[in-house]
Amino acid sequence: MNLPLETDVLVIGAGPAGLAAATILARTARVLVVEREAVAGGIPRHCGHYPFGIREFHRLMKGPDYARALVKRAQEAGVQIANGVNVVRLEPGPRVTVTCDAGVSEIRARFVLLSTGVRESSRAQRLIGGEKPGGILPTGALQGLVYLEGKRPFRRPVILGTELVSFSAIMTCRHAGIEPVAMIEPNPQTTARWPAALFPRLNGIALHLSTSIRSIEGRERVERIVIDGPSGTRSIETDGVIISGKFRPEAALLDGSHLAKDAATGGPVIDSVGRCSDPAYFAAGNLLRPVETAGWSWAEGIAVAKSIRAALAGSLGQDTTHPVTLTGDALAWVMPQRVAEADERAHTCLQLRVNRPAKGRIVARAGGAEYASQKIDSRPERRITLPLPPRGAPVEIMLEEQ
Amino acid sequence: MSNDVFALSGRFDVAIIGAGIVGCALARRFALEGASVAIIDKASDILDGASKGNSAILHTGFDAPVGSLEQACIAAGYAEYLEIHGRLGLPLIKSGALVIAWSEEEKALLPSLMEQARQNGVADVEPLGEAAMRRAEPGLGAGARAAFRVPREYLIDPWSAPFAYLLQAIENGAQVLRGAEVTGGRRDGIDWSLETSRGTVQAGLVINAAGLWGDLLDEKLIGRRDFHMKPRKGQFVVYDKPAAQLASHILLPVPNKITKGVVVCRTAFGNLLVGPTAEDQDDREHATLVPETLEALKKRGEEILPALRDHQVSAIYAGLRPATEFKDYCIKAHDKSYITVGGIRSTGLSAALGIAQHVLKLAALDLTKPADPAWPVVSNISEYFPRDWQSEGHGGIVCHCEMTTRREVLAALDGPLPARSLAGLKRRTRVTMGRCQGFFCSAELARLTEGHFDRPMAEKA
Repeated sequence: MNLPLETDVLVIGAGPAGLAAATILARTARVLVVEREAVAGGIPRHCGHYPFGIREFHRLMKGPDYARALVKRAQEAGVQIANGVNVVRLEPGPRVTVTCDAGVSEIRARFVLLSTGVRESSRAQRLIGGEKPGGILPTGALQGLVYLEGKRPFRRPVILGTELVSFSAIMTCRHAGIEPVAMIEPNPQTTARWPAALFPRLNGIALHLSTSIRSIEGRERVERIVIDGPSGTRSIETDGVIISGKFRPEAALLDGSHLAKDAATGGPVIDSVGRCSDPAYFAAGNLLRPVETAGWSWAEGIAVAKSIRAALAGSLGQDTTHPVTLTGDALAWVMPQRVAEADERAHTCLQLRVNRPAKGRIVARAGGAEYASQKIDSRPERRITLPLPPRGAPVEIMLEEQ
Repeated sequence: MSNDVFALSGRFDVAIIGAGIVGCALARRFALEGASVAIIDKASDILDGASKGNSAILHTGFDAPVGSLEQACIAAGYAEYLEIHGRLGLPLIKSGALVIAWSEEEKALLPSLMEQARQNGVADVEPLGEAAMRRAEPGLGAGARAAFRVPREYLIDPWSAPFAYLLQAIENGAQVLRGAEVTGGRRDGIDWSLETSRGTVQAGLVINAAGLWGDLLDEKLIGRRDFHMKPRKGQFVVYDKPAAQLASHILLPVPNKITKGVVVCRTAFGNLLVGPTAEDQDDREHATLVPETLEALKKRGEEILPALRDHQVSAIYAGLRPATEFKDYCIKAHDKSYITVGGIRSTGLSAALGIAQHVLKLAALDLTKPADPAWPVVSNISEYFPRDWQSEGHGGIVCHCEMTTRREVLAALDGPLPARSLAGLKRRTRVTMGRCQGFFCSAELARLTEGHFDRPMAEKA
């Protein structure tokens, strides 16, 4: 396919958020979605299990069916999807430089939506010791191997992490006849909610809480891992390590661009309308923060599309925004990072996370006056939401811990 | 037209044991001189020992011991790299280095280090007071006192260089036998018969370039060893590409007797690395990463460049330097038919071409140079020069973090020296070496590499 030189809206990333937004926008504008993978659909494409689609299609679907349905709906709405196109540079204008088999080219758009998603943190980022044999994989890579390629990278792996994605890793293993031997969690409790704690036992997988991987051993292939836990140091014979969760926004495009990045979320700084620091750029989905469900990202795509539609019509409010700040060292991040004066809102709430288990009361103040509060008893990676302030004003969020 | 064979037949002028940086440079030199060359390695791919983990710097040898063989080889190797890199398509990033004093004691050592540099023929060293040093590197931490600049310390690609050397050797007639461990050998009159796990290799001259295994190989083949391996582990932390903006020079510490110390520098691939440590061990095979040490390296990196605190680690690795009880290289012609090239510690990448020149002289073979030798060009994977993704027909991107194209992956699996392991493919193309460490591209790589690796990435489910 020949890439157009210009379009009304350029969407970068054909996952749930990008496709949802593109589908809405295609009713009133020319929309081009560029996707770097060979097939559109995003991460759900290789989550070959339930549950997807309730919110979007009102039925229970597996990831790949859900991804195909999103693509079909977008194409039927007139969205042009270009697969195998990598974006290499974002510039004011907006001007976006891409490369594909045909070489490097530039696309101009009136507005750009960034929806590039997330990835898991790697073994390197977690500074896990030992050697570097084959068989150490993030869940995303395992899912791709199993569901896209029909392959099995190991037989008896251990799983690091107890997030939702860690349980997805178990399901992926089961699908391919892989028998995980243990699940390892550095914290004293599982990260995902009960009955997750029972889940590995039900499947005959030993759950090691308050345990870390000290080293991974084996030269060509993983042979064993050494763990440190409540009962001391011991080794587990295994042939693979699944490094699951601890997601990070896939935000490399922001580095070297003119767009502001939030070190706390790892994603772009956005306002309540969904705009980045350059108001011609918008962002939605898991690029904004680690990590939400496909359905949540899809809903964000639709909400931000409404802002872009208003912007295309010239009816989006002024650009004045106010910062949202956090007090309390247990609070990891908040987004949107800025609250717009405009009445239009894409985001209906402030999203937060804690960086360690924390109990207490969260108080939100706008212009110095408390407008919301909430008791929490939360853990990392669990969703916390607060209402947006009734009007545009600087927001302070404070956690009073018990 | 893979050159990879399961056994070698015929007689070779030279058999090189070990396809690390030094072995590859030796193969190139002897092939260019007209020798028939066999190069043998026990691993399934080249560069699988000490050569897989170094700091990727082309050193001038300014701080090498004056009058040492190491200094002479570095100087000669450096000069030859500058002469040939363009023809082979190898990158050169002219970063320069600063040797930085972090205490008054270290500051007092700077003049003698500069004098040593001049004695080593590196005359363009330049002292920098604190203000000039901070102008050169505004990101330096508060503890830096003074520095001197070594303008011609450069960054290179540590894998494409030896790969290109061996490729040129192959295109000039050399043969490669990978996955072949030398189990023994004897010399009957003129020629050696080397027993390997893939059959016998006949050669007039045997060169031991077995790196971490050099002393054991000497014992196996000539019944003696003149040095003992004392592997020295170096751990490294690599930061994601945005961190490369934090320093333009190679930031060197004042060296002590054991090590050059912790370096902070960009890599040819556009990252920033911090390392190495220097840890003596007996184990020749396992380079174990230790979380506490990696944390300490990060902390040291943040003292040197405080802004590193806001940057992400993208990779960690550890290498083993083949150190011995001697400070200098252990290069010796035992007789006309056997040369040991041992103890090439941490300067092998810079010195390899010079070592090859030196060994050629020691060998004193009667050779006729080919009139018109082949000069292959390797494809660039350095961030600082045009990459394949910038051209047409690249087939799309496989590794999104490192921007490796499908055309690059397929080329690395083909040709005269194809990758035979994921590690080998990584070194040739950068796949999975970036921030996601294989999250996005592992599945496709497993498909593309099917049938190419000795141990496949995954089996059929």
